[in-house]
Amino acid sequence: MTRLGLPLSAVVLALFLLSLTVGPADVGAGDSLAALFDDGYGPLTLVMREIRLPRALLAVIIGGGLGLAGAAMQGYLRNPLAEPGLIGVSSSAALGAVLAINTGVAASLTLGLPLAALAGALAGVFLVMALAGPQGGSLTLILAGIAISAMAAALTSLVLNLSPNPFAANEIVFWMMGSLADRSMLHVWLVLPFALTGAAVLLTLARGLDALTLGEDAAQTMGVNLNRLRLLLVVGTASVVGGATAVAGAIGFIGLVVPHILRPLVGGQPSRLLWASALGGAIMLQLADIAVRLILPARDLKLGVVTALVGAPLFLHLIYKTRKGLA
Amino acid sequence: MRRLPGIALALLWAATGAFAGPSRVVTMNLCADQLAMMLAAPGQLASVSYIARDTRASAMAKEALAYPVNHGLAEEIYLLKPDLVIAGAYSTPATTGMLRRLGVAVVVFQPALSLQDVRARILQMGQVLGRKDAAQVLLAEYDQRLAALQDAGPEAPRAALYAANGFTSGSMTLAGQILRAAGLRNIADELGYARSGHMPLELLAMSAPDLLIGTSPYPRASRSEDNLAHPVVRQLAARSSAGQIRDADWVCGTPHVLRAVETLAEERRRFVEKEGSQ
Repeated sequence: MTRLGLPLSAVVLALFLLSLTVGPADVGAGDSLAALFDDGYGPLTLVMREIRLPRALLAVIIGGGLGLAGAAMQGYLRNPLAEPGLIGVSSSAALGAVLAINTGVAASLTLGLPLAALAGALAGVFLVMALAGPQGGSLTLILAGIAISAMAAALTSLVLNLSPNPFAANEIVFWMMGSLADRSMLHVWLVLPFALTGAAVLLTLARGLDALTLGEDAAQTMGVNLNRLRLLLVVGTASVVGGATAVAGAIGFIGLVVPHILRPLVGGQPSRLLWASALGGAIMLQLADIAVRLILPARDLKLGVVTALVGAPLFLHLIYKTRKGLA
Repeated sequence: MRRLPGIALALLWAATGAFAGPSRVVTMNLCADQLAMMLAAPGQLASVSYIARDTRASAMAKEALAYPVNHGLAEEIYLLKPDLVIAGAYSTPATTGMLRRLGVAVVVFQPALSLQDVRARILQMGQVLGRKDAAQVLLAEYDQRLAALQDAGPEAPRAALYAANGFTSGSMTLAGQILRAAGLRNIADELGYARSGHMPLELLAMSAPDLLIGTSPYPRASRSEDNLAHPVVRQLAARSSAGQIRDADWVCGTPHVLRAVETLAEERRRFVEKEGSQ
């Protein structure tokens, strides 16, 4: 753990500081970091505290959560293709969030938005697990994911198109691709309880997931309660993905890329992969969020564009590798 | 001899134009709707777009209640049997193309990007409706009000236009011109936005405008308008004197823009007084 954990944590921290110094406002790194702690910098302090700090924090929280959720799902289904974004959990969460905003629940209830996204995510995970079955064969898993994604995306578009608000239809891109632009500390407080609860739940699964690598029968004889494991996995994943999607939209591929890269480094052991993927997810989302600010600083390029450009080729590679199993 | 056909054509045009504009006009664009309602002869305008009745976008929502509405669809407009359809530059080309193929005359109005463009639109509307005299009267009134307004000094307060999705507008837009005519400097000019564009929130915060002119969110919230509720925007808005809000008067190149200018100029006066008293 520490051999891999220390360098990963160091990278997370370094990227966090870098993220705080990157932005359209043309200010030196030293000044911007100093302004974070000193009111004397005027507008720059405002920028640092209300725009860059929440953005950097959200990248760590959400990236870590998505990496962890991906590693947990893959551990449980013993399938490297299981990723919340790809199997429709994120799109279901987005549907829940869009419904909450359009019905006014998000405005009238403090936690209405993340709770609705959580409900959407729960429905999504539950449907995928039910459709894919306990073994989670690649073919059924991906087909179920496609169906749920398509359904959730269509319903999201329907809700936004029916909205009398002329801006609503433009938001489809945000909900499908995700963005951390112009979020505030309010959003950090919205996502934090859900991310922490979900992460705590998922991390308790470590021993059970290790046992599952030997097969379900072996795991059961080792005293793992599979029903309980599945329930906790569903709740934990939905909590993490629901909270993340509510404030940042559906960001895909992080839970796919990160565990794939880190798996050889932890000897394929799911329990160690959980921790490592959380750190790795934070690294990947921070990299993506720094990239969107460097590539097109004035355009609000969506995060999902970057993660998909990295993740989709890997996804194709994984399908290519597992196609013998699919045939 | 060579001139004769030209002269004959001009005579014919003048003869018909004098008393016969189109008799059944349909407009399918919010801004054309309003200009047509101001200039059309009684009974000449058969239908306006449904957005003309939307109080948030249309400065003439009440007047629009007197006309049947259309939704900009070729089928319903054709069934209205118009002899002239007036569309906007953003109307779907498929619809206007279809109407033209069906033999309906279609005129496309370009959006007004400046207070001078508004003059041209008034004259153009008078021309196509065959109501040049009415257009001249409206234009004279517009010019008179406009001349009374312009007084932007070099020490004028700095203002920021900030709308849904973080959009701002520079000097080559109608909103930017309204700002200037109200005696305000536009931070979009400092930042190099000539037209409309996405302005990162950071740049808005760093430029620290004296006045923040936002848009009020539509009912039924949307995430695109989230940025207007951001703590940074709230803080900037709280610094400026009152809740400056863009409304229907800002949308279209009609004489109503002067009402927007007058309201904004009043805000500016209040701000300058407040600063002076401190």
